[in-house]
Amino acid sequence: MATTDAQPRHTPLSLWVNGEYRPLSVQPRRTLLDALRNDCGLTGAKKVCEMGNCGACTVLLDGAAVYSCLVLAVECEQRSVTTIEGGAAGNTVGALQQAFIEHDALQCGYCTPGQIMSLAALFEREPAPTEASITEAVAGNLCRCGAYRHILEAARSLAASGTERRGAGDG
Amino acid sequence: MADPAAPHSQAPVLRREARQKVTGRAHFTSDIELPGQLYAGILRSPHARARVRRIDASMVREVAGVRDVITHGDDPGIRWYGEEVPTFGEELRFVGDEVAAVTADSEESVWDGLRAFTIAYEVLEPVIGLAQAACANAPLVYRDKPGNLAAEPQVYCRGDVEAGFAAADVVVTGAWTTQTALHNALEPHGCNAWWDGELLNLWVSTQSIFTVRNNVARKLGLPLNRVRVHSQHIGGGFGAKQVDWKPTVIAAILARRSNRPVKLMLDREAESLAAGNRNATRQQLKLGATRDGRLCAISATIAIDGGAHTLGGENSMVAGCYQQLYACDNVYTEQRQYYSNTGPAVAFRAPGYVEGTAALEQAMDELATELQLDPFVLRERNYTARDQLRDKAYSSPDALRRCYSAAREAFNWPLRPTPQVARKCRGIGMAASVWPGGNSHPPAYTTLVVQGDGSVSLLTGAQDIGTGTRTVLAQVAAQVLELAPGRVEVVIGDTATELHAPPSAGSATLATLGPAVHTAATELRGQVLALAARELHADVETLRMDNGYVREAAGSRAVSLADLAAAAAPGSLRSSGAVLAKPGASSPCTFAVQCAEVEVDLDTAEITLLRLVCAPDCGAIVNRLLADSQVIGGVTQGLGFALTEERLVDEASGLVLNANLEDYLVPTVADVPPITHAIVDLPDYSENPLGVKGLGEPPIIATAPAIVNAVCDALGVRLRDLPLNRQRMLAALTQTARPS
Repeated sequence: MATTDAQPRHTPLSLWVNGEYRPLSVQPRRTLLDALRNDCGLTGAKKVCEMGNCGACTVLLDGAAVYSCLVLAVECEQRSVTTIEGGAAGNTVGALQQAFIEHDALQCGYCTPGQIMSLAALFEREPAPTEASITEAVAGNLCRCGAYRHILEAARSLAASGTERRGAGDG
Repeated sequence: MADPAAPHSQAPVLRREARQKVTGRAHFTSDIELPGQLYAGILRSPHARARVRRIDASMVREVAGVRDVITHGDDPGIRWYGEEVPTFGEELRFVGDEVAAVTADSEESVWDGLRAFTIAYEVLEPVIGLAQAACANAPLVYRDKPGNLAAEPQVYCRGDVEAGFAAADVVVTGAWTTQTALHNALEPHGCNAWWDGELLNLWVSTQSIFTVRNNVARKLGLPLNRVRVHSQHIGGGFGAKQVDWKPTVIAAILARRSNRPVKLMLDREAESLAAGNRNATRQQLKLGATRDGRLCAISATIAIDGGAHTLGGENSMVAGCYQQLYACDNVYTEQRQYYSNTGPAVAFRAPGYVEGTAALEQAMDELATELQLDPFVLRERNYTARDQLRDKAYSSPDALRRCYSAAREAFNWPLRPTPQVARKCRGIGMAASVWPGGNSHPPAYTTLVVQGDGSVSLLTGAQDIGTGTRTVLAQVAAQVLELAPGRVEVVIGDTATELHAPPSAGSATLATLGPAVHTAATELRGQVLALAARELHADVETLRMDNGYVREAAGSRAVSLADLAAAAAPGSLRSSGAVLAKPGASSPCTFAVQCAEVEVDLDTAEITLLRLVCAPDCGAIVNRLLADSQVIGGVTQGLGFALTEERLVDEASGLVLNANLEDYLVPTVADVPPITHAIVDLPDYSENPLGVKGLGEPPIIATAPAIVNAVCDALGVRLRDLPLNRQRMLAALTQTARPS
């Protein structure tokens, strides 16, 4: 069979993923999502619609929530990416992860990393967000199992503890 | 009083795989990468009906990174669906039909390859939609299927329907329609195939590992012991993943040809075109009742659009609810499935009953209005404790009554607040449902082992599509063994266990595997106690299990499970449980009643859902938290079916206009109001000592009619076509009788 060894052009790229320096070589058309999943082995962000409709690929790019299927990897040169795998005890992602477990804010779990990352961006900006900001933050994250009400409960529980923390600080 | 055999009722046990899922470490099929991984993609028909005249793949083979190409010329003679069509047909029957496949080093090279085909199609006139399919001079989807009928009409008759209507004081009649809906599980269908020598390993996003194993082996001509299917985490199923689909076999063939692992995941467009859907229906109904509201006759003539092929899995029994939900001596139903040149339909969460109940429960509301009866009163007046279809008593004859009262109470029916804003109307509605599933689907097998360190393993060949299979099975075992559920590790999703379990479908998992696990755990408990009696020189009757120890009930001596297991031969402390047959004396169905309150904007026609209540019967509740998730999730899917979800097809070309998640509108967080799970928790011991039935499907069935009935209550006009999209609502406003 006729196959060719010629490979499409690759571009060197360096970015920071979850605080780690990652030198990569990618095709210029490779999305950040594919770079994370295929080149970094971080499969938490999911490929569902590939056109920015569903939010399952949401990650933080320099702290802001982005659909990683709509960002080219080469746009991320020297920038900082946080994925669901960056969650740990003591950080916002970790606190959301715990709240999701306790409120059963998931069923199949495929959208869950995206939901958490969208909320993480919100909580980083606003430690005690209102109900309206919570809804707005995850309005671009589809969940086909219909865990939305539990997702809102999980986010509210964290917002309430944020309010307490802020209240204590003010006092 | 609760049965002592029942698991901890409503215990707040957290979902076991939640930690992996929230941290992104649960590996779904799409996440599995194997050494030497190749990727594959499928070229799909751009035409609804066409013949392939010529395929030129020479340019495809020149694309950098492309490794292999297969087309109909390479077809190994495998046949698909009820119509026995080839894998890559020369005759194409829907937009999305499989034409060829490409293997490449990267996903990008797969796309490049798929774009490099040159294909000459002869485009033919397609058959789109029920009206065209049933039209006398319509083209035929299959030359040997006259009238585009996919099967003989299914006719059911009891009593004398004509006499029933003659005795009726009031008759409601008309046609109701329901739309084609897409499952849109977020993880698409797909698999990763790897030949380990002669053993084909498949990682598949499936609701039924054994269905895939058996059918892939048959299609490829392999012995069953040479195919192993793995499926640890599944990103949603909803029915569409309960059958085997072409891509799994295509990936296996490509993997064999390349001698490398091949991953083939559908993209969202393919998922929308060629991975199943809920069939559209047209239902011509007639309900007759006496002045005091007793149904004297029901007639339903049903047409369903099955698309281009007939698949296996659960049938779409649209007629079922007419036969089962209400006491009525005279019932006639007639159901016809038509072919059309669109993607094939397949079971979608409560197939048939969602579509049928949508129409029946709207018609019942019209009848209630005619009779000036409260909707609850009309339904309760036609209560039946018997399954008239199977001519058996319902195993829980009181369950639906309990659903009515739980829903009414939780909703505070018929109280409603007055509208707050001018130019907005509020309305309330309700609907009831029956579902013949939620009971056992034998055979099912399970094995329990006490390991040498006292930990317990539970094995079965089930799947977890997000329902919490592992969690509830561990609870059942832990209850009997009096352990913390966390001490029981549950192994599922691997055919190599050879412990056959039913598909994750029909709300069957807990009702089938729960009793098997209970049997195995009870047997294991006996073994452990007998061994402890020997070790402690005590009478078995004086011993009890307690959190990893066997203790004397009245004494201080104890021995740990770990010490007992260490003393026994390795692996010898084990037991099996099986469910081999259904008892069958009564009909174990599941029920639900739902209520909705809505607000309609009289200028924009926007519908705002204010609150929804769902009271489902699922037997005993094993895990309240997971039950809430199931109920809220089912209702959420149901409200999408009511208001926004519809596959749109251009009737001239057969092109699907919304094969993506931008234009196909699944509900978002902003669309979902507070949803109350009104607990029924009524154990049903007819099939198992746990009193459990299933809960996957009952919560979705009555959602749409409850919402439509509420909207009609708000507007004072009746609407008979789903979904209630903005176009239909704006048209309805022009005929609304309500004052502004």
